[in-house]
Amino acid sequence: MPESPNPKSPADPAEPAQKPVTAIPTLAQAATRPKVVVSKSILERIRQTRPRSSRIPDKVFALLILLTGISVFMIVVFVAWELVDKSKLSLHQFGFSFFWGRDWDPVNDQYGALPFIYGTLVSSLLALLIAVPLSIGVAVFVTEMCPIRLRPIISFLVELLAAIPSVIYGLWGIFVLAPLVREYLGPFLAKTLGWTGLFSGPIYGIGMLAAGIIMSIMVIPIISSITREVLTAVPQSQREAVLALGATRWEMIRMGVLRNARIGIVGGVILGLGRALGETMAVTMVIGNRAEISKSLFAPGYTMASVIANEFTEATGDLYLSALVEIGLALFLVTLIVNALARLLVWSITGGRTGRANA
Amino acid sequence: MHNPAQSGQGVSIWRRASNHSATLFAILAAILVIVPLLAIFVDLLIKGAGSFNLAFLTHTPKPPGEEGGGMANAIVGTGLILGVASLIGVPLGIGCGIYLAEYGRGRLGDLIRFTADVLNGIPSIVIGMSVYGLIVLRQKHFSAFSGGVALGIMMIPTIARATEEMLLMVPNMVREAALGLGIPKWRTSLSITLRTASGGVITGCMLAFARVAGETAPLLFTAFGNQFWSLKLNQPMAALSLQVYVYGLSPYDDWHKQAWTGALILITMIVGAVAAVRIVTSRGKMKGAS
Amino acid sequence: MGVGIEVRGLNAYYGKHLALKSVDMTVPANHVTAVIGPSGCGKSTFVRCLNRMHETIPDASAEGDVRVGDVSVYGDGTDPVEVRRRIGMVFQKPNPFPTMSIYDNVAAGLKLNGFRNRKQMDELVERSLKLSALWDEVKDTLHKKSGASLSGGQQQRLCIARSLAVEPDVLLMDEPASALDPISTSKIEELIFHLKQHYTVVIVTHNMQQAARVAELTGFFLMGSLIEYDKTEKIFTAPADKRTEDYITGRFG
Repeated sequence: MPESPNPKSPADPAEPAQKPVTAIPTLAQAATRPKVVVSKSILERIRQTRPRSSRIPDKVFALLILLTGISVFMIVVFVAWELVDKSKLSLHQFGFSFFWGRDWDPVNDQYGALPFIYGTLVSSLLALLIAVPLSIGVAVFVTEMCPIRLRPIISFLVELLAAIPSVIYGLWGIFVLAPLVREYLGPFLAKTLGWTGLFSGPIYGIGMLAAGIIMSIMVIPIISSITREVLTAVPQSQREAVLALGATRWEMIRMGVLRNARIGIVGGVILGLGRALGETMAVTMVIGNRAEISKSLFAPGYTMASVIANEFTEATGDLYLSALVEIGLALFLVTLIVNALARLLVWSITGGRTGRANA
Repeated sequence: MHNPAQSGQGVSIWRRASNHSATLFAILAAILVIVPLLAIFVDLLIKGAGSFNLAFLTHTPKPPGEEGGGMANAIVGTGLILGVASLIGVPLGIGCGIYLAEYGRGRLGDLIRFTADVLNGIPSIVIGMSVYGLIVLRQKHFSAFSGGVALGIMMIPTIARATEEMLLMVPNMVREAALGLGIPKWRTSLSITLRTASGGVITGCMLAFARVAGETAPLLFTAFGNQFWSLKLNQPMAALSLQVYVYGLSPYDDWHKQAWTGALILITMIVGAVAAVRIVTSRGKMKGAS
Repeated sequence: MGVGIEVRGLNAYYGKHLALKSVDMTVPANHVTAVIGPSGCGKSTFVRCLNRMHETIPDASAEGDVRVGDVSVYGDGTDPVEVRRRIGMVFQKPNPFPTMSIYDNVAAGLKLNGFRNRKQMDELVERSLKLSALWDEVKDTLHKKSGASLSGGQQQRLCIARSLAVEPDVLLMDEPASALDPISTSKIEELIFHLKQHYTVVIVTHNMQQAARVAELTGFFLMGSLIEYDKTEKIFTAPADKRTEDYITGRFG
C-alpha cells in the first residue's frame, strides 16, 4: 500500500500545529503537544496523518456513542431498581411466603401470589406442549421435506404470525377461539379425556385451555424459526452419512439432523418459554381472570402478567401496589434467567447471534 | 451369524410406516400453523371492514352504550406516541449499535450486548410498570410522553442488534478507504459506514417500530388512554391498541365491532409503515449497495 | 463375499445437464477398481449413481441399467433405501456422528435396520472395527469417546467400520484419503488391500499413484465418458487411448 496521500509531511510528529480548528480552545493546546507514536498498521499511519483537529471531534463522538451504549445498561438498571424499590413494602410484609400464599385478598390486604404463579406455569407449559411438536414439525417440513419453491412462502407465513399484535390475538381469542372451545373442542375433550380430571367442570370457553392455545400460536414462530436455523446449520455430510447406511428419509432426519440439532432446539424452546411467561394481553383477554387454582383446564385462571394488567391502575393502597410490583419483579427475574439460558444454548450451536428471533 | 441387516427382506413395514407418518405429521403441522394465521386475517378483514365507515376515522368515541363514534383520537394518539418512541428509541438504538460494532469489541462491549439482550427479554408489562414508577408517579399524571418512553425503550435492543450486525457486515476496506482519504473516524462511522449499512439499519428500525406499534401492556399505566381528543404529550392519550383492548372486553356489541375495525386499522398501519419504508429504501438504494 | 457390478448405458443428469454419458463398465467381485480422471470428469457422479446417492441432490437424476449382484439398482421395484444398505459408501471428508460414541457410530446402521440383540451388536461392532484396523486404538474407549474426538485418519477408519457393520456387498469410496495426511493415507490403502477379500471395492481417486498402489483395475473418465477401462498395470504403462496417456503423463488435468 502506498504511503499516505496526505500532502502534509506525515512522519513528523513534532510539527507545530497550524492553528487547529477546534471548538474547545483549551484542548487545542493539548493537541499541539508533540506525540511519539509507533505506527504499526496502515490505520495507525493514516490516523497520524489526519489533522490533529479531528481528534477531538473523534473523541467527542466516541464519548457520545459510549454514552448511548451505557444508557442501555442504565435503563436496565433503572428498571430493576424501580421494581425492587417499589416492592420493598410487600417484601417486608410477607417475605418469601408471598410466593406460596394462596389468598389474593385486596379487601383485607392479604396477598399471596401462588394462584398467579400456578396460572403462569400451567398456561405456559400447555402452550409449549402444543407449540413444540408443531414448531418442530413445521421446521422439519420447511427445511427437509418441502419443495424448494414453497419454502420462502411458508417461512414467511410463519414469521407473519409473529407480527400480529398480542391484543389482536386476544380479540380473536374472545370472539372466535373461545366459542370454538365452548361449542366443539371442550365437549370433545371432556368426552375423550375427561377421565384424566383435566377436563372437568363447566366449559365457559374462556379459561386456561383457551389461554394455552392462544399462547401456543404466539410462541410457534419463535421456536420454529430457531429450529429452522439450527436444522439448516447441520452440514449436508451428516445427512449423506445416514442415507448411505440405508435409511428412510425420516430416519435420516431423526439420526442425521434432529439429533445434531438437539441442543439448539432446546434453546429455541426455552426462548419460547421466556416469551410465553411474559405474554400479557392475549392471555388476559381469554383466561378468565379468576385467582383460583384448579386442576381442570376448563376453569378460569390468572397469570402474573394478567393480574398486573388488570389490577395495577385500580390498586388502592400502598401494600396492594407493592404486592403487584413484587409480582412484576418475580416475572422480571424469571424471564431473565430463562432467556439467558436459552441464548446460551442457541449460541453454542449457531456460534453467533440469531437474527430475527424476537422480531 | 444372522444379521437382519443382511436378510435382504428390504425395508420393514414398520420403518416404511414411520417414514410416511412422519411426513404426514410434518405436513399437518404446517397446515395447523398456517390456519390460525389465515383465520385471523380473514376475520380482521370481514369483521373489521364490515363495520368500517368514515366516521370511524373522524370521530372520537361516544359514551358507553351510545352507538356510533370512532377512534380518530386513538389513531392520532398512536401516531404521536410512536413518534415520541422513535425519537427515543432510534437514536439510542443506532448509537448503541454503532458502539457495539465500532468500539465495543471488548469486555464492556460484551456486557452492553448482554444487557441489550436482557432488555429485549423483559416482559413489556414490566417495562410499563417501571416507567410508571420512573415518570408517571413523579409527574403525578399519566402522559403520552411516558408511553413513548416505554415503547422507545422496547425499540432499542432490536435496533441496536440490527445496526451492529449491519455495520459488522460493511467490509473493512470501506472504512480504510475513507480514513485513507483523510476523513476523520467519526465522520467515517456516520457518513460512510452507517450509510453503507443504512438499508439494514432502516429495516431494523422498521421491525422495532412494527413490534411496538401493536403493544398494549406498556401503555396501560403510562399513556393510559383517553376518550377525548387530545394532542398534549403531557396528558393521557388514546392509542389504538388500548382502545381495541378496552372495546373488546366491553359488554357492548357496537364496541365489539369497533374493536375489530380498530384492529384492522392497527394492522394496516403496521403493514403500511413496513411497506412504505421498504419502498423508500429500495428506491434510494444504489445497485450493489446492500 | 462381494458381488460384481454390471453397468450398461448409465446416464446421469444435473437438471438438464448430462454429466455421465452412456457409461458401460463391469466391476468384478472381490477386486479393487479405481476410477480416475480430472476434476469434473464425472467420476464422483458415477460412483454416487451406483448406490443411488446421486438422486438425493435436488434436480439430479440418473437412468440406465446397473446391476449389483442380482439386484437391479434402477429397476422398477427397487427401493433406494435397500440399495444403499447393500452398497456402502465412504466419503471424502470423514463424517462421523459427533453426538454419538464410537460404539454408537459403528452400530448406527445396525440400529437403523432393526438390530436389537446387544451381544450380537457388540460382536459386529468389534468385527467391523477390526476390519478397519481401528479396534486396537479404540477398544477401551468405545463408549466414552465421541466419534468426532478422534484424529482425521481414525475418523475415516471409523466411517469405514460404520459402513462395514451393515455387511454390504460393495464398498464405494469417494477419494477416501484426500483429506488425510500421508501416514493415515497409507493405513487406509493397506486397509483397502485387505478389504477386497470380503468386499468389492470401487475407489475414486485423483491420485494416480494411489490407483496404481491399491487397484487391480482402473477406469479413466473424461468429460462424463468412460474413456478406457483395463488392468491398472496396462493403463499406467501402455494406455490404449491417447487421452488416457495425456492424463497419465500429466499433460492436462
